[in-house]
Amino acid sequence: MALKPTDEPGKAGSDSPRRKVGKKSAEAGKSKAASSSKETTKVAATSAQRGGTKADQADRARVDEKTVKRIEALGESVVRQSLKLTDPFVDVPTRSISNVKFNKSKRLLEMGDAKQRRTLFNLGQAKKFMQTMLIADGCRDLVRAGKTLSLRGMYYKSLHTISGTKEKTFDGQDESDVVLEDLEVAIDSLRENLHVFAKKRGTMVGNITVFDNGDEINCRRMGTGGYAIPSICEPSVLKFGKCEAEFVLHVEKDTVWSRFNEDRFWETHNCILTEGSGQPPRGVRRLLHRLNAELGLPIYCLLDCDPWGHYIYSVIKQGSINLAYESGRMAVPEAKYLGIRSDDYQRCDLSDDVKIELNDRDCERAKQIAAYPWFADRRHWQKEIKQMLSNGFKMEVESLITKDISYVTETYVPERLKAKDWID
Amino acid sequence: MPSTVTPPTSPKKSSGKTGRRATAEEMASKQREISVSEFFAKNRHLLGFDNPRKALLTTVKEAVDNALDACEEGGILPDIAVELLQLAETRFKVTIRDNGPGIVRKQIENIFGKLLYGSKFHRMKMSRGQQGIGISAAGMYGLMTTGRPVLIISKTGRGKPSHEVLLKIDTARNRAEVISETEHLEDDVLFAEGHGTSVTIELEGRYQKGRASVDEYLEQTAIANPHARFTYVTPSNETIEYPRAVDELPPEAKEIKPHPKGIELGTLIQMLERTEKTQLGAFFKEDFCRVGPRIAKEICGHADLTDRTWIKQVGHAEAEALYQGIQAAKIMAPPTDCLVPIGTKAMLAGLLKEVKAEFFAASSRPAAVYRGNPFQIEVGIAFGGNLPGDELGRVIRFANRVPLLYQQSACCSFKAVIEAGWRNYGLQQARGSLPSGPVVIMIHMASTWVPFTSESKEAIADYDEIRKEMRLALQECGRKLGTYLRRRQKMRRESERRNVFARYIGEISMACERITGADAASIRDALESIASRKTAEADQQLDDEGRVIDNGGRLAGDDSVIIIDAAADTPEAVAEAEQIAESLFAAPPMKTRGKIIKKSAQKTGKKTVKKKRTKTTGKSG
Repeated sequence: MALKPTDEPGKAGSDSPRRKVGKKSAEAGKSKAASSSKETTKVAATSAQRGGTKADQADRARVDEKTVKRIEALGESVVRQSLKLTDPFVDVPTRSISNVKFNKSKRLLEMGDAKQRRTLFNLGQAKKFMQTMLIADGCRDLVRAGKTLSLRGMYYKSLHTISGTKEKTFDGQDESDVVLEDLEVAIDSLRENLHVFAKKRGTMVGNITVFDNGDEINCRRMGTGGYAIPSICEPSVLKFGKCEAEFVLHVEKDTVWSRFNEDRFWETHNCILTEGSGQPPRGVRRLLHRLNAELGLPIYCLLDCDPWGHYIYSVIKQGSINLAYESGRMAVPEAKYLGIRSDDYQRCDLSDDVKIELNDRDCERAKQIAAYPWFADRRHWQKEIKQMLSNGFKMEVESLITKDISYVTETYVPERLKAKDWID
Repeated sequence: MPSTVTPPTSPKKSSGKTGRRATAEEMASKQREISVSEFFAKNRHLLGFDNPRKALLTTVKEAVDNALDACEEGGILPDIAVELLQLAETRFKVTIRDNGPGIVRKQIENIFGKLLYGSKFHRMKMSRGQQGIGISAAGMYGLMTTGRPVLIISKTGRGKPSHEVLLKIDTARNRAEVISETEHLEDDVLFAEGHGTSVTIELEGRYQKGRASVDEYLEQTAIANPHARFTYVTPSNETIEYPRAVDELPPEAKEIKPHPKGIELGTLIQMLERTEKTQLGAFFKEDFCRVGPRIAKEICGHADLTDRTWIKQVGHAEAEALYQGIQAAKIMAPPTDCLVPIGTKAMLAGLLKEVKAEFFAASSRPAAVYRGNPFQIEVGIAFGGNLPGDELGRVIRFANRVPLLYQQSACCSFKAVIEAGWRNYGLQQARGSLPSGPVVIMIHMASTWVPFTSESKEAIADYDEIRKEMRLALQECGRKLGTYLRRRQKMRRESERRNVFARYIGEISMACERITGADAASIRDALESIASRKTAEADQQLDDEGRVIDNGGRLAGDDSVIIIDAAADTPEAVAEAEQIAESLFAAPPMKTRGKIIKKSAQKTGKKTVKKKRTKTTGKSG
């Protein structure tokens, strides 16, 4: 049995919650009362302990119930196959570049239909099959308890020694992480809905107020540290309050972000400042997506001038290969690339000292990126990458500090924004 | 080799300005003959006495080799006792006693006191010793390092007196000096069988266990000589017994005449000078093997001589022409029945006794010829069991049943092992090195003349013919090992498969129960029945292919292979295995080839050996 659920997959998460709140809470209340299933009431009861409005609670309960049902469907199919004495299997959609398509009209990465069948009675897959079942069981437990765990926590929850042997169920967190992502795609439920989150990374500050699990957070008064962007940024957890900002400036890492924060850039330019510590985690990407989609804020990126910086931009804009199934709720196709650009060396009259020579790996990666279909039809990008390769060096955002400590906040970014000088 | 060595005349240095320093007459007064004993006393490293550790081993080795040769020639199953008595940190008293035919009184001085005196140098016969240097050199080394003479006790039979002689070697004259001698008329407790010889040498040495130790030498000697019994008393006064595995002596080696293709011009001239024949035809026919009237004529004709030419008339030029004639003539290879290989069965018995492994195979090549000398290569392999798996394999080398412990990498056999291509046979092998894994490779070369690289007999010279034969024998054994390893791997994979499924089924059924509420036990039963169906299919395939599982497959019919199943450990299995072992050990090694020995208990070798060994020290190295 292919584990494509019968109902529409995970729409709940990507829909704007504000429009539907009233209707949903009514529904949820009804289902709560009508439900005779012990489990359903339990799910609802536990989720009620969490913060947020009644509508949020109901919303969460509905999503949780759906997730549990999908996990149970997976278990039931395995049981049914076993009792029929046929090889039990689970179909897992393939998560690699071969199964990723670039949707030109939406300008998004989308996952294809290719699937891998995971069977128990295959030496190479037996262990993974068992792990899939263990993680499924663990996630169901978690959702029912209405609690969340980190990826590492999930690893420990499913870790034990197989009775009668010295073998452990998982040899490391790497194994459980991969199996969890497999489970996500196999039952078409998001990690957030499985109540598992990654290590939190990324910071935000700016002219906006948010409600994180019911707590009001004024991002204008975050001091030097900023608001740590949570790992789960779903509307049921994180809500937007008053927002005067006109755009979002996303920078690559916290060092640059600190510079902007200290110079009160968000105040003078009326914007939101975010940072993703390198490749932004899911939480940051989801937040950027929502800021763009729900509040209509344009996203500008200030990243290093090297293949890795370019790929960060690509992930923010089109989605990543590994998580292509989530592009619809993560990607910001309108995101713009402000800099650093390869011609900044001349334009800003930088010294020779900022040049970092490109190594073979960099060159290879740059060519790979240039060949991705979502870059291939972008004339400016082709020119930009070509220019970088012919320069033979890369530059970090910090290189602008050689001009002046606040050159980047007072001159570089304002000039670019004013001139609408960016690459798309 | 002549019995004296002329020293290289010292170069007469004339230092120009100051004129002559010595006259020819003055110098002549200093020039004199050097005795062979003196030469080797100064150059003792040539004979294997480089350092105290090696000296101890060489002494034991020379005495044991002589004892084995003597017993076999006398038709007696060897029973040899080796005793190392440590007197001080670097001083040992070495005693080797055999049950051989004994030595008559008047030969004692010559055999033990004179270098290059022996029965084996002048004949073409397969034996351990060759030059007649060994034991007297050991005595000489002992005398030089400790000043103590050699003690020999020998008895030639019941009713005959036993002689106890103390000998000192006079190196200047290359002869022995008797210090004292006594004659005992009564039976000697030393020689239970009424005959035998005992040698005691006191020397400076160093005892160390491990590679190239006395222990290793004796262990390997026991492998190559399963018909001999050794009793070894170590310096720490432990007694180790190496029991006899085969109760029959190897057949006696036949002596052959030299083959014309095997000699050099100088040897030919020397033979012409020494022969008792008067005419060329008779000389070729009688003094060489494989030469008949037709070939004798052909050789003589090539030199424009006839078979009736008088030998007196053959000068240097004629000899050279005759030599060319020999090279041009087509002559049959020398007879090979003069060789006595160990035999696959006896090799297996020897390996089984001393090496704790799970798989044994042996193969024997037909005899071949290098430089006119017949030779034969045999190879044995032991694999798995208790052998260390994470090291390079071990090569044990033998020449005429004598272990070679030094200079492994200079030896022809070592090179042959490296080039045999072990990866084809399921072993790992880095380029240019030995195969790695739990493997012991035994190579034996039997020949009327083993070409050693030096007098200390440590490595076999690298002749193409020898290396090729070695490689072929190794590959033949390797194929058997490869068959076994592939089969073992296949069976392992199958059982692993079964284990993997069995291991995970429990976890899966419990997870399913938790997720769906279905009964875990019924899911487990269902999955287990699928699993057994799946693995039964696999078993079926195996059976169809080669009936591997039940009867050992292709290897079962091969009587040069022994496989020990480590699983069976019941008392009955042990008893049965001991019986098989007994029948193997008692089986005549060469004549009637008994049926395959497929044994079902690991304990076979161990149990029997343990019983007989008073103390087991385990493998050395």
